[in-house]
Amino acid sequence: MSQWETVIGLEVHVQLATASKIFSGAPNRFGAEPNRQASAVDLGLPGVLPVLNEAVVHMAIRFGLAVDAEIAPVTQFARKNYFYPDLPKGYQISQLDHPIVGRGHLDIIVAGKDGDTVKTVGITRAHLEEDAGKSIHDQVPGLTAVDLNRAGTPLLEIVSEPDLRSSAEAVAYLRELHAIIRDLGISDGNMNEGSMRCDANVSIRPRGEEKLGTRTEIKNLNSFRYLEKAIEFEVERQQEILEAGGRIKQETRLYDSERNETRSMRSKEEAEDYRYFPDPDLLPVTITPAQIEAVRAAMPELPRARRERFVQQYGLSTYDSRMVASDHGTAAYFEACVAVAGDAKLTANWVMGELASVLNREEKEIGAAPVSPEALGTLISRILDDTISSKIAKTVFEIMVTEGGGADAIIEARGLRQMSDSGELERLVDSVVADNPDQVAQYRAGKTKLLGYFVGQIMKATGGKANPGQLNELLRARLDGDT
Amino acid sequence: MAIDAEQVRRIAHLARIGLAADEADRYIGDLESILTMVERMHGVTTAGVAPLAHPIDVGQPLRPDRVTETDQRDAYQADAPAVANGFYLVPRVVE
Repeated sequence: MSQWETVIGLEVHVQLATASKIFSGAPNRFGAEPNRQASAVDLGLPGVLPVLNEAVVHMAIRFGLAVDAEIAPVTQFARKNYFYPDLPKGYQISQLDHPIVGRGHLDIIVAGKDGDTVKTVGITRAHLEEDAGKSIHDQVPGLTAVDLNRAGTPLLEIVSEPDLRSSAEAVAYLRELHAIIRDLGISDGNMNEGSMRCDANVSIRPRGEEKLGTRTEIKNLNSFRYLEKAIEFEVERQQEILEAGGRIKQETRLYDSERNETRSMRSKEEAEDYRYFPDPDLLPVTITPAQIEAVRAAMPELPRARRERFVQQYGLSTYDSRMVASDHGTAAYFEACVAVAGDAKLTANWVMGELASVLNREEKEIGAAPVSPEALGTLISRILDDTISSKIAKTVFEIMVTEGGGADAIIEARGLRQMSDSGELERLVDSVVADNPDQVAQYRAGKTKLLGYFVGQIMKATGGKANPGQLNELLRARLDGDT
Repeated sequence: MAIDAEQVRRIAHLARIGLAADEADRYIGDLESILTMVERMHGVTTAGVAPLAHPIDVGQPLRPDRVTETDQRDAYQADAPAVANGFYLVPRVVE
């Protein structure tokens, strides 16, 4: 065990999936032409006033309830002042003293050598704010090009306590948050498009020491993998410095995924001083217990409850349940599939195995799976009713993926139906026994591993279509018998 | 409360206000008198008084989540000093 202990806290920015922006009626959509979705409010033109979108308030309450947090009875917006071209007002509307979501907690599952353990991670707060625009430095030579479409996009910033102790725990926490926001329907969670991004505060301290070490902040990590890699690099970097007798500088660093390293961002001449103050353009927002209860009554099932339900309802192991029930999309697929297939364990294996590898290969989300859950369910049911073997089922599945079509049609058209006619199989057994007298003699002399050889011969002769269970039984009866 | 010319220059820089060489000293007096007024307010007994976030005693009205704005890019960009390909152009901010 290393003499150092890693301490991590995460700040996660979640883009809320509203129709319009947080303070203006401009559309909140990704991918429009530059500045086509930037209204006068988003541009910070003189004389405009922000008006708060009620959907963001509801979404924040939903999140707060999902992590058992206190919802502020009165919440307030503040101005965070700094100058940058993609922030035309000269301040970002954010929250400081009275965030909408107070202290809460989130249980995460940490996979370990001795099985999964559950760890409770503290959530310090979550607050609402507007996103800034985008500055592009390589668009026009010598100038900075500004696109303000993203300005005013509603963000929920979720701040964790420094409770995470490894990159694996940080990833598990981010995955659970991701699953929750998708279940709550408050964000699409699309990390490629920046709908969820994360800053990691990382420090190390000698094991047993209570006092926290000096931390660095790694900015803008937009994938689970980069979060893991960046923390691992940063922990190693800090260890090397401290073990060489050096000191860690508190600073902001950027992760370079191509080089797999973190780099110091140019340190500013002056310490950050945002001069927060309450935004006079926005009145305090009152949230009544009745509003909170209305949101609570409409809460969907969350990942943790769903995992427990899958164990109860389908008899899945906790491992299988974690794999198929954590993510909203995977869980919906599994449930639709098992409704047709009937066998939960076999369905879980297919969803985690063949389906997952196809999605991985084709870089698709489960919502865009090339085979519908009902179609996969039918295929699985053909294994269960002995129409085809598991091995042939994989072939059929591949055809469903690449060429389309239903399992039954493919099985019929290609003659893949399993051979379960015992007369036919017996004839094959007879001929393979007759053709291989040496192997038969060895088998009967005790080399029973040769059973696989006979199975292989018959599978070859039938193109893999012999019913394996039945074949094994017939072969054993024939070889273990007297003649 | 005493402040010095260095603090004045720092505040001016944070607000991106240009100060002529002799202006910092002049503003020391102005800022000190503002701070003196604030200090006087510290003397008021405020026990039992709820902090006031806003002088208007009504709640924040909320807006239904609907798109109400149409694309006015061309009109907005007509007033911009420099645009290209739909972007606003500004002096380069990174080297």
